[in-house]
Amino acid sequence: MPERVAIVGVGHSDIRSITPGLSCKEMMYEAAARAYEDAGVNPRKDVDSFICVSEDFWEGTSIYDEYVPDQLGGALRPVHTVTGDGIHALACAAMLIRTGMARVVVVEGHSKHSDMRTPAHIHNFAYDPIYHRPLEAHPHHLAGLEMNRFLHVTGNTREQCGLVVKKNLANALLNPRAVYGARVSLEDVLGAPPAFTPLGELDIARPADGGFVMVVAGERAIAGLAGEPVWITGYGWCTDTPALDSRQWGEAAYARLAAQQAYRMAGITDPFRELDFAEVDDSFSYKELEHLEALRICRPGEAGSWLEEGVTLPSGDFPVNVSGGSLGVGHLLEATGLHRVYEVVLQLRGQAGGNQLPDVARGLAQSWRNLPTTTGCVVILERA
Amino acid sequence: MTVKIKEWPGTALSSRDIEEGRVLTVRHKLKAEYAWDAGVAIGRYLRELKNGRLVARRCGGCDRILLPPRMFCEQCFVPTDEWVYVEDTGTVNTFSICYVRWDVARLKEPLLPAVINVDGASPGMGILHLLGEVRPEDVHIGMRVRAVWKSPGEREGAITDIKYWKPVQGG
Amino acid sequence: MAKVAVVGAGMTKFVRRAQETGRELSWQAAKMALDSAGLTLKDVDAVVIGSAPDAFDGVHMKGEYLADGSGAWRKPCIRNFVGGATGVFAPIQGWYHIASGQFDTVLVVCEEKMSSCHPHPQGAFITIFDHTTERPLGPNLLWIFALEMNRYMTVHGITKEEIALVAVKNKKNALDHPCAQLGEELTVEDVLNSEVLAWPVNRLDVSPASDGAAAVVMCAEHVAKRVSDKPVWVEGVGWHLDTAYWTNRDLYYPRYVEYAARMAYEMAGIKEPRKEIHIVEPYDPFDYKELHHLEGLLLCERGGAARLTADGVTQRDGDLPVCPSGGLLGVGNPIAAAGLMKVCELFWQLRGEAGKRQVPGTPRRGLAQAWGDLMQVGTVIILGR
Ligand SMILES: [Zn+2]
Repeated sequence: MPERVAIVGVGHSDIRSITPGLSCKEMMYEAAARAYEDAGVNPRKDVDSFICVSEDFWEGTSIYDEYVPDQLGGALRPVHTVTGDGIHALACAAMLIRTGMARVVVVEGHSKHSDMRTPAHIHNFAYDPIYHRPLEAHPHHLAGLEMNRFLHVTGNTREQCGLVVKKNLANALLNPRAVYGARVSLEDVLGAPPAFTPLGELDIARPADGGFVMVVAGERAIAGLAGEPVWITGYGWCTDTPALDSRQWGEAAYARLAAQQAYRMAGITDPFRELDFAEVDDSFSYKELEHLEALRICRPGEAGSWLEEGVTLPSGDFPVNVSGGSLGVGHLLEATGLHRVYEVVLQLRGQAGGNQLPDVARGLAQSWRNLPTTTGCVVILERA
Repeated sequence: MTVKIKEWPGTALSSRDIEEGRVLTVRHKLKAEYAWDAGVAIGRYLRELKNGRLVARRCGGCDRILLPPRMFCEQCFVPTDEWVYVEDTGTVNTFSICYVRWDVARLKEPLLPAVINVDGASPGMGILHLLGEVRPEDVHIGMRVRAVWKSPGEREGAITDIKYWKPVQGG
Repeated sequence: MAKVAVVGAGMTKFVRRAQETGRELSWQAAKMALDSAGLTLKDVDAVVIGSAPDAFDGVHMKGEYLADGSGAWRKPCIRNFVGGATGVFAPIQGWYHIASGQFDTVLVVCEEKMSSCHPHPQGAFITIFDHTTERPLGPNLLWIFALEMNRYMTVHGITKEEIALVAVKNKKNALDHPCAQLGEELTVEDVLNSEVLAWPVNRLDVSPASDGAAAVVMCAEHVAKRVSDKPVWVEGVGWHLDTAYWTNRDLYYPRYVEYAARMAYEMAGIKEPRKEIHIVEPYDPFDYKELHHLEGLLLCERGGAARLTADGVTQRDGDLPVCPSGGLLGVGNPIAAAGLMKVCELFWQLRGEAGKRQVPGTPRRGLAQAWGDLMQVGTVIILGR
């Protein structure tokens, strides 16, 4: 049996649309100090390894991994960076612990989106330089294409996507971390200016700044720590293909395969029955529906009608994005996955305040690395 | 297995292959612009540079005076405690005589980058800057130097408010 | 700790400018590594990608772009990143994928296509400096090497002649490497008389900018025993990242390399590295770095590596062969791929398959090390048969 691994401490910096008062380093320090306080660890003594997630062009610095150790307490320690979502790093932390080499590992992710003055140009730089980038379309056009195909293939509707926005923005009103909480009607969403039809302006998650740090420990180390463990019982990640010509439009295969790996580890065969709630990627409204179906929480084509029936509302049988998701909280670049994990951890600890769900024991967090990728991660978390 | 392999993959091109159009290229100029928030520590550092002063932070945990300043001590992992002005004199820790630009184009006059350990900060607390008013052959490790500031009207709150560091007489 | 083996290796030629795209280079190296192990993509459970700054290839989120070329289609795929030290970290990440019990077979691919960056790949390095306190000074990458080399030479009283011997040795070794970009017979005078770029660094002290890819296949013990009659085992891994405040450190000694090495030695049960390591591939993007790293790796005393080199100990037929591949100075330096090239070299040397480069006596245990960031990170892997 591999060693059981848990999240024993979480912390974040204040999430805002802009953060003019703090440098990125200072923001990370704030998140780290809170996570270490939560876990009751001293990073200079108790932590064996540190894993960060970042991408150079989000930061405006080449080899950004240079700048991470000091504000995490990781100077002259085993630190490495993963250019992926925060849940990638969480999985790496669990693997490192399971080798026996490390007992306590720290994971960090952040967004300082507001430092970018030309985010669309920078985002476009992720597109294939030969086949795709020369078209000079706004990077979000790909979401419009995918949404159209997804609705066509599954029979979900444009209106149901609008209901995702309505739900998540309303949920965000009760979440003190959320930047974009609002009460909007379906008419507001459908009547918003078109962006990349069928995608409207309100269907797109808006960016935010914020940093997250988590302390992960193996069972051997947990007894000595203050934090209440939330067990990581399954995780998976997958990349489909970067090529537009060969990807399967309308189905999030990366989410399906990542979930398959995570469910196998956690011994889950019927996710709807065996999970209590989920935080799934909603960077674009339709993505919540697409991901719910890929995760096999509902059947293909069923996600939209679930929403209409209230199944995924906080009061429903399977609450989804009670936090407000990326639409409500704000999109946090590579920290997006860690934010979702954070919300699941609070729910399982019973610390989710106004968003708290009754009697939850097992939740799922899922991330997608946004356009133009087909990369996503899944993690299953359980209360002790 | 290197012994068994006869053909290794990979096709070398010359510049002429591209110039003469034998292979095609796609060009793209990235429009990436950033405005990094300087934050508390470096924000104050820049404001003090505009005032013609160097400021550091002292950590009560290890009693070091940290330059460039930071709001946290990376050794003790605690918030730092107070602002401390340091001198605008120092000692050359190491230097180079650089004859090329970043794209390896030759410079007419070499640049003299150096790490300068600043007086008043803890031992070994250096910053990257440039040397000036000195012949390259006269620069040596251990040389005493002083900052040459731009005039107050020219200063804008940037590391370049110090033009360069020049040798101190008798240094 | 579960045992992990390397069972296949492959690489492309290292060239100044490759016709292949980054994805194609990745595919070539990955295919070769799989072929050499007698495996196919079907056998691969997960993929690890190593690649240094996105600014070289000119693609943001480069790992995503390289994924299908690296064999990651519909597989778990992670890209790691520790600057120049990435090429040796990638197999370390491959190791923990397997040693954790999570996967049986992992394909590790490292790629760099520096020639895409115009007008010069060095342009990508300007943005490694602190955006507020350093970039306005107009720095270039040579500065940090020159500053470190000067400090190292001055503290120990080492001369440029002694350091140039490394460039002479490695470029000569590279003449025997079929993928080498810059193998040549040089003299110390040639190095000293080459153009001064940033004193004390001359042109021939420096490795070239390159395009290329390298790959290895790693697997768990039960798979290794089935698919390979000559598996090479991972005996130790280590990595450490020092503070980003590089101007607050004394650059004469790479303590982060020492810490990384100690981590790897402890795992491998090595007490006396000088006796127990038989072949070394330290990171040599500049000639003095080989000496600097041999000291950090505790393979000689501080300031003693120049003597070791002058005495011929580090020659291919010496007592401690160092960079028998030809290193970055000779084979080329497509950053992450160059680091993994060193691991490929150990794989071939330990199996007695290095052809003209084979060191005498078929070594039993080798060490590869890479370095990167702001003179800040060391990564170490120890392989043995
Ligand atoms: Zn301190």
